[in-house]
Amino acid sequence: MLDRITHAQHTIEEACQGLERQITIMEVCGTHTVAIFRSGIRSILPAQLKLLSGPGCPVCVTDQGYIDAVMQLADRDDCLIATYGDMIRVPGSDGSLETRASRGNVKVVLSSEDALQLARDNPGKTVVFIAVGFETTTPATAVVVKEAAGEGIQNFTILSGHKLVLPAMRALLGGMNDRVDGFLCPGHVSTIIGAGAFREIVENYRRPCVVAGFEPLQIIEGLAEICRQLAARKPELKSVYKAVVTEKGNTAAQRIIDECFEPVDGYWRGVGKIPQSTLALREKYRRFDAFRRFGLEDGPGREIRGCRCGEVLCGLIEPRDCPLFATGCTPSTPIGPCMVSSEGTCAAWFKYGRRK
Amino acid sequence: MTNEPERVLLAHGGGGRLQNQLIHDRILPRLRNDVLAEMADAAHLQLSSNAVCFTTDSYVVKPLFFRGGDIGKLAVCGTVNDLAVSGSRPVALSLALIIEEGFEFALLDRILQSIGAAAARNGVSIVTGDTKTVDHGSADGLFINTAGIGIRLPNVELGLSRIEVGDRILLSGSIGDHGMTIVSQREGISFESPLASDCAGLAEVTCTLFENVPGIKFMRDPTRGGLAATLNEVVEGSRRSVEIEEQALPVKPTVQAAAEMLGFDVLNAANEGKFVAIVSPAAAPEALRLCREHPLGRDAALIGTIVETRDVPLVELKTRIGGRRIVPMPYGRELPRIC
Repeated sequence: MLDRITHAQHTIEEACQGLERQITIMEVCGTHTVAIFRSGIRSILPAQLKLLSGPGCPVCVTDQGYIDAVMQLADRDDCLIATYGDMIRVPGSDGSLETRASRGNVKVVLSSEDALQLARDNPGKTVVFIAVGFETTTPATAVVVKEAAGEGIQNFTILSGHKLVLPAMRALLGGMNDRVDGFLCPGHVSTIIGAGAFREIVENYRRPCVVAGFEPLQIIEGLAEICRQLAARKPELKSVYKAVVTEKGNTAAQRIIDECFEPVDGYWRGVGKIPQSTLALREKYRRFDAFRRFGLEDGPGREIRGCRCGEVLCGLIEPRDCPLFATGCTPSTPIGPCMVSSEGTCAAWFKYGRRK
Repeated sequence: MTNEPERVLLAHGGGGRLQNQLIHDRILPRLRNDVLAEMADAAHLQLSSNAVCFTTDSYVVKPLFFRGGDIGKLAVCGTVNDLAVSGSRPVALSLALIIEEGFEFALLDRILQSIGAAAARNGVSIVTGDTKTVDHGSADGLFINTAGIGIRLPNVELGLSRIEVGDRILLSGSIGDHGMTIVSQREGISFESPLASDCAGLAEVTCTLFENVPGIKFMRDPTRGGLAATLNEVVEGSRRSVEIEEQALPVKPTVQAAAEMLGFDVLNAANEGKFVAIVSPAAAPEALRLCREHPLGRDAALIGTIVETRDVPLVELKTRIGGRRIVPMPYGRELPRIC
């Protein structure tokens, strides 16, 4: 393994020397961000190569308006909130789910099935599943919505905050941050949408897109491939995660997403509205929509003063450029969502990267 | 006896006939020893020395039964280990049971059996105890508190202030076994090769080390918060930095797989049968050899070194690929990740 790492390091160094400028590569996925920090990859890369963390952590991109809707539901006695662990500590305008958990109506679940089971086990309450995440978690939500419909379960709803990766990448390149030279594309999302989905980024924006898994070796070989393409000035779509990711992806998962959800304009934390970037339940399944059932709105939330999570998410600044980073905002007292999630850029920086 | 209820009633903690029955029929036979048999309000102990260690810990683990142990075994081993890593030989424990009304006697019997067996295996006696019952719904089955006394071993001086640059870090075996077993079992996830808690009493191996290796400066059992928490405590207390090698860390493949699947860091996962020792460089090879001779230290490894502090004292990990990263103090509650 060390041979291949040395080889990849060599490719990266050669490309950096040839280009004589800073190279900026964005890892789109939060799991990549964490893997990069955990394995200490940054510390073995040349200073000329800058890694930016993109809008790929589902918790981080979730808008304040959505979080506040969650809190409103958590305050109701007739609701039972089922959430993935990461969301429990995201601060809303007034406290977090963790502070409300003492009332006993917030449950951490590992899967959407667990959420549906909660509904079966608690007929006296309406379960609201906090459905967040990218294309990787959406199929699991779609499955339980169909299951609930099939079984005629009335007391199950989802609050869909599901997001799509490609609209965010387009929005970035379309103006928010066009300094990104290439993308390390998310391995897990690609298993669903297929590596081919990123071809439009290569063709329309002339940026290398390389799909990689989450082992340190894959990540560093993915980065080397991007550098090689940049040096050759020939952007391509490549996958170094061939064992898992195919060109077309998981068509069965795509079908079930499409059957249950439709893309709508959605709000992203700090970024604002991105067209056709969020998934809402289709009319056929609208009765499971918690926004509709409880008359809530998925509008833009109030910005947190001083919090620059939005710019961090777009790769415009590094966490240490935010005045709150490691001062007012730490993993134990998070202000913005990038500090909450274990995949959040700020949390990863705080935990693993302060020295570098 | 024929009308014996199958479940614990509130009256079993009420100080009357039912409580007497509970103690005499179920508890005493399983923990039998001369001191306890006196049934005095306090245990009378004859100790070989008046230099003792004294500790207490409460156990609220869920599930009560897990692969590799149960709350009873844990309550004995946990307190034994606190005494052991403090440089003492554990001799006596107290046992306090807080039982929820409605708790099945069959389960209570199994747990008491397990307490008796663990005490015998670790050479300690349960010398005094208490039983309380609480309303249904207020104790989640069973809570246990144990306190323990250990006789301090001669010539053992432990303290974070004794730690110096160059000292080696000895870990007695694989990490994360207990934590990942509990989490997986709680979530109902099973793996092809099953996970099991490492729950075990360490006094035998620690006493061997203390008696034969003069250069042991500090020892702790990395329970909740895992190895990451223990090493960060070393850093905070000694104001020196710690550097560990990912390559040297013993982690079982199933534990690693479970941690990755659930989004946990094995460094933060709890252990219940491991210790970390800070040893002078000269004594490190002998400490490692002795540790590996014991069945509970078979997988022991020297995992790192105390190093000079560059700016702020930190725990740093040298990764497999040659990179470096900080190992932070865990938040206090590990949360499963989404993707």
